[in-house]
Amino acid sequence: MTTFLGMPALPAFGSGNLFAGESFPTAAHRELGNAQLRANLGHATHTIRDKRQAVVAELPDWEQLRDAGSAIKQAVMARLPELLEEFETNFTARGGVIHWARDAREANEIVAGLVRDTGETEVVKIKSMATQEIGLNEYLEEQGIGAFETDLAELIVQLDHDKPSHILVPAIHKNRTEIRDIFLREMPGADPALTDDPSVLAMAAREHLRRKFLTAKVAVSGANFALADSGTLAVVESEGNGRMCLTLPETLITVMGIEKLLPTWQDLEVFMQLLPRSSTGERMNPYTSLWTGVTEGDGPQNVHLVLLDNGRSAALADEMGRSALHCIRCSACMNVCPVYERTGGHAYGSTYPGPIGAILSPLLTGIEAEENNSLPYASSLCGACYDACPVKINIPDILVHLRSVDVDSKRGKKKVPSQMDVGMKAASWALSSGKRLGLVEKGLPLGRLAAGPDRKITKLPGIAAGWTQSRDIPAPPAQSFRDWWAKEHRNAGGAPGTPGTPEAGPSRTPSPDTKETPQ
Amino acid sequence: MRIALFATCIVDAMYPATAKATVRILERLGHEVVFPSGQACCGQMHVNSGYLKEAVPVIANHVAAFDTADYDVAVAPSGSCVASVKHQHPMVARACGDAALEARATAVGTKTYELSELLVDVLGVTDAGAQLGSYFPHRVTYHPSCHGMRLLRLGDRQSRLLRTVQGIDLAELPEQDQCCGFGGTFSMKNADVSSAMLQDKAANIESTGAELCTGGDASCLMHIGGGLSRQGSSTTTLHLAEILASTMEEPASVIGEVRVSTGKALR
Repeated sequence: MTTFLGMPALPAFGSGNLFAGESFPTAAHRELGNAQLRANLGHATHTIRDKRQAVVAELPDWEQLRDAGSAIKQAVMARLPELLEEFETNFTARGGVIHWARDAREANEIVAGLVRDTGETEVVKIKSMATQEIGLNEYLEEQGIGAFETDLAELIVQLDHDKPSHILVPAIHKNRTEIRDIFLREMPGADPALTDDPSVLAMAAREHLRRKFLTAKVAVSGANFALADSGTLAVVESEGNGRMCLTLPETLITVMGIEKLLPTWQDLEVFMQLLPRSSTGERMNPYTSLWTGVTEGDGPQNVHLVLLDNGRSAALADEMGRSALHCIRCSACMNVCPVYERTGGHAYGSTYPGPIGAILSPLLTGIEAEENNSLPYASSLCGACYDACPVKINIPDILVHLRSVDVDSKRGKKKVPSQMDVGMKAASWALSSGKRLGLVEKGLPLGRLAAGPDRKITKLPGIAAGWTQSRDIPAPPAQSFRDWWAKEHRNAGGAPGTPGTPEAGPSRTPSPDTKETPQ
Repeated sequence: MRIALFATCIVDAMYPATAKATVRILERLGHEVVFPSGQACCGQMHVNSGYLKEAVPVIANHVAAFDTADYDVAVAPSGSCVASVKHQHPMVARACGDAALEARATAVGTKTYELSELLVDVLGVTDAGAQLGSYFPHRVTYHPSCHGMRLLRLGDRQSRLLRTVQGIDLAELPEQDQCCGFGGTFSMKNADVSSAMLQDKAANIESTGAELCTGGDASCLMHIGGGLSRQGSSTTTLHLAEILASTMEEPASVIGEVRVSTGKALR
């Protein structure tokens, strides 16, 4: 007889727009070939990062704020279930309705059902990462419901039938001439004499959007924060389109990841200092909207919230990786990332690009998903992202952790080990003993021979070919430092040694005088 | 002071002149240098590539070579390898559940310094020209490597030392805090992105008009130097230990046999 102990199954991984259709190096290769994209990205990321640096430098307590942000998020993750329940109780008590969605499919179905219940076939949308993640617009379209983005950059991307390239600046990869061409081609009633002057373009978008705001009966939003102690939701934005969506329609449907909670109103104070400075480089963003349930005769009368898991419980179960859920989607990491700066967001193949995407996407979907396991390698581990992160997510360490999960998940499964596997194993053998490394170094003169008279190696085989694609390798020296040291100390009357001298291994304690024994 | 030299595998095998220069600097200051012969590598390549199982013997070897040797402090001419010893060794030992190795690795890490850190913080070098006799009459630009800058927080220790070298003409490198694109196996796994980063770094170096680019990490310098060489640039790379060790009587061989060079002699 077996006894069921009631242990829940492992949390499910997420689905939706978190998967890449191809590996990062393949996508990056393609994106790197787009000179216009690289120029646009380089310009935009430099501008935002300089602005950010200036406003961050103004705060004498920036590091303490980062510590506070990190500590609050850690506390939230430690008691997420009870905070969610507290939030649900308060949100419901004030007239809101909570829906729980395990994955992208469930969330999409819930939202579509709620829209259908209103009898409407159009919704206006505030820029939202969660609905991007689940592919809500595409799903609603399949259901015969039109979803209209109202954030200017999101509108540009939507009109161009493109995908966002950045989480804060979705159209970062487009310049104003390209935007004018998109408006002329795709915006109903656009003035044929439209110029590429930014203010002219903004006015054209404003006119187009105004029509939507005034007719829409249903709005869909995301949320930046949810306050458990009062059941309040918050949206932080720059253009005011969000405020229009949150106040004018009769029905408001919010989709939010379960990690967005903060315990109390007081905690919001920390994040309202961290977020605008980190994301747009502003001291404060122009619009911060907070709403708590339903107020009779004022604002939307039907208020819904879809709480989305979609792999977040799985990420939470990863002790090393869970702090990726602390992310407040400010995009500071991508603005300082040298890899993102050159490839743009599309190369990451997920709603979440850049350094945070390289850890978050595989954590939400599982590293064994072939489409995502190249993402943790999309970093030189330079550490700029960790320094820029307002909630101190140690992205480099999590990248390394995910790489090890990837390597371990493949152990013993492959019929033929990869060149990397073989190389790493051989290197481990050679580099785990001074004596062995010394022996390998005896082969250095061979490398000199291969280098030829110009003393450089210009072509290597196999996986090392990537190195010689754009770099030479110097000819190795005739003698290693180890050998030179041994000879020097022998000639100087130091302890005699031969290449065969036993050495200190990791498993035994050498006698004190072996430390200078040359080999 | 008795100082143990951790040469690092790349310097030991490819850039012995850098290790010799490190020894010369320390001996010139009157310290005794020892070379724990069991040492090989810090294991960073394995850790950063996700091969933790393969990293463990490499790390255990380093810890064994250094925790049994008799010395006051250890030094390496590489911020990256020192960051690995201080940060990754205890982390990997912990991940493997080896508490004893973690404790020993932490102890070794505490005694291990990057070269400029040791010179400035422990040995009190504030003027390389006056205290080390450093003399290097060349136009030089300096790239601070990521791990020294961000993991070890070396700050301006390296550039401060360089600035006090007699005869040096130090040119500020534009966007110096940007990664050169090496990143160990990143340069092979994501060769295209790495090359794009390298191109920009090389262009910034060339814009300074410097004869050579220096820094504290042999691996980054090998990457940058390899890129400059491929582009046919006359600018080369040289480790800062060799600049600090260079004197009027014994000038650094700037056309060393292991350096990537187009062969064009420097002034």
